[in-house]
Amino acid sequence: MAYRHFEFIEKHAWTLGILTAVMVSLGGLAEILPTFVEANRVKLAAGGKPYDPLRLAGRDIYVREGCYLCHSQMIRALRFETQRYGRFSTAEESIYDRPFQWGSKRTGPDLARVGGKYSDDWQRLHLMDPRTVVPQSNMPGYPWLATARVDGADIAARLRTLRTLGDPYTEADIAGAAKEVDGKTELEALVAYLQGLGIANEPQTAPPAAAAAAPIAGSSP
Amino acid sequence: MTSAECYNDRVVRLFLLAATVWGIVGMLLGMYAAAELAWPGLNFDIPWLTFSRLRPDHTFGVIFAFGGSALMGTCYYVVQRTGHTRLAWDRLAEFTFWGWQLVCVLAMATMPFGITQSKEYAEPEWFIDILIAIVWIGFGAVFFATLARRRIRHIYVANWYYGAFIIAVGLLHVVNNLAFPVSLTKSYPIYSGVADAMVQWWYGHNAVAFFLTAGFLGMMYYFVPRQAQQPLWSYRFSIVNFWALISVYMWAGSHHLMYTALPDWVQSVGMAFSLVLLMPSWGSAANGLLTFNGSWHRLRSDPAAKFMVLALVFYAASTSEGSLMAIKTVNSLSHYTDWTIAHVHSGSLGWVAMITIGSLYAMAPRALGRPAMHSNKAMELHFWLHTAGTLLYVVAMWIAGVTEGMMWRATQPDGSLTYAFIDSLLAIKPLYMARWFGGVLIWLGMWVMAWNLWHTAADARRKIIQPVPVPIPEPVARQTPAPLPTSG
Repeated sequence: MAYRHFEFIEKHAWTLGILTAVMVSLGGLAEILPTFVEANRVKLAAGGKPYDPLRLAGRDIYVREGCYLCHSQMIRALRFETQRYGRFSTAEESIYDRPFQWGSKRTGPDLARVGGKYSDDWQRLHLMDPRTVVPQSNMPGYPWLATARVDGADIAARLRTLRTLGDPYTEADIAGAAKEVDGKTELEALVAYLQGLGIANEPQTAPPAAAAAAPIAGSSP
Repeated sequence: MTSAECYNDRVVRLFLLAATVWGIVGMLLGMYAAAELAWPGLNFDIPWLTFSRLRPDHTFGVIFAFGGSALMGTCYYVVQRTGHTRLAWDRLAEFTFWGWQLVCVLAMATMPFGITQSKEYAEPEWFIDILIAIVWIGFGAVFFATLARRRIRHIYVANWYYGAFIIAVGLLHVVNNLAFPVSLTKSYPIYSGVADAMVQWWYGHNAVAFFLTAGFLGMMYYFVPRQAQQPLWSYRFSIVNFWALISVYMWAGSHHLMYTALPDWVQSVGMAFSLVLLMPSWGSAANGLLTFNGSWHRLRSDPAAKFMVLALVFYAASTSEGSLMAIKTVNSLSHYTDWTIAHVHSGSLGWVAMITIGSLYAMAPRALGRPAMHSNKAMELHFWLHTAGTLLYVVAMWIAGVTEGMMWRATQPDGSLTYAFIDSLLAIKPLYMARWFGGVLIWLGMWVMAWNLWHTAADARRKIIQPVPVPIPEPVARQTPAPLPTSG
């Protein structure tokens, strides 16, 4: 093709703008649309439910405090990952995560299956002042969570918004939300969220590799 | 013939000032966040000072406030000069300045108080996102309206990159931030889980592509030939690279999600396109560097040219590093570690900041009505502070990242893991301190730049500079590239 055809683009701002918009859209369309279709097919195992009000409050505190900046929630399908953290993460585990909390950096360990690994007391102490339980840690403390209370009306509004977006909350769930979080501190909510991580979908029998590594992985804070 | 039309450099000067201020603020935040990782006591149990609340402020501050102001300012400067016309719609242009500053202040004043979407590089909540979209549409309108009234028929390649930057960032911003508000300070995205991850990293990766690459390539394509005082090495090559870059980049976002729950085929497509991406990236870097052929001696006397050349070297280095890290096997080691931090900072401190600083040093005297920057020695000092700081930062984080990656995967002969997680943190702690010191050097360099610009702006502050008239009649000189014979 003669160069003058290209030259036309170089002299017409509209053509240039439109062709640019077309070229930048192709890649996104090709990857995002099929991902949406596949994501829509993903269903939680029978009995799986969206976050209850207290854990939802805890999750939103996790988001607010920016925990995702140092902790991932995505165990990759690699042997040394499953050995350290447990079974690899799957798509259905995060279908109620708005936004997703997979993270991109581990200044601290992965939390996708941290639920039940430590006691509630340990979690509380650790959040208040991490160095009381892990002396070498560089995690900041979050002591203000212990005094702040979860706002019941706000949580009910959040449940309602999530239902609008398609999450299966019933009218009864929303009506009872405020009562369920009544009097709870933000610290209790966050601990409830952390203790639930990975529990709902943990497979019945752990793979042999994970079982063998359990003493070492378990002893690491 | 004299013309009554003058360039609108007022808005350019405003953006220049804003870029300098935000550069210092954004890098101060980065320095403090880096110090908190090395000395956690610095969090002082104050919510808004805590690392996890402060880090989005650092990234927003340097990318969107510092980088964004520099991009919009140079864009307005370049589109006027290459089109021989005054900026269209003075008042809208002024609005984009104040609007963008309001966006930056609002975003950075809300995020430390926990008002965040938690989507990386798109943390500001919905009401700020709407304001960003409005300002962005205004920015695009001013840019394209100025192109429409240009007196040079051919659209110079720098404007192509600025145009692609405006179009693509607008598209990315809108699609990634679609959310349903609960209240003024909280919203939930319409996507969840895997779909949200895909959209977010399509955005995150292409914010790098179009904000931090295409935009700054626009800067490079204008200011590098200007500073080398030579024409671009190959104009046609720049156009080939343009189409390749903008079409390939958009496919590569999924390399941020290797070995995750994202469908396998999307990961593989992302990896393949990331490897292809090396070609247009090196193409642009080579084109810029070869433009200095025959004028390398300028590096001895011109610190702005030095900044530009080193920026191009860092661009070539960090794009090849990026392609390398997108290979699944390498990614299994590098992902989640400080190697990623090293990579983004060799790109942002090496490429983005250096091309910006070089371009600002080239543009500032012209926009401020002075023959040259106030102090050549100060520019020289800034160059060495910035270079030393960047190298220290990047090398420290490389070592830290590889150390973490190796320790996380190390196993004993019996198959059990060798190290607890905390061991890897202890191993890299000295490197966190070295990284902080690198940041301090870079930050001091920014103060040197601010001091230098302040003195260069002396006449502008006293309002005794004359506006620059637009050259009319237009030159009829042959435009590059010369058209080929039609038989070709």
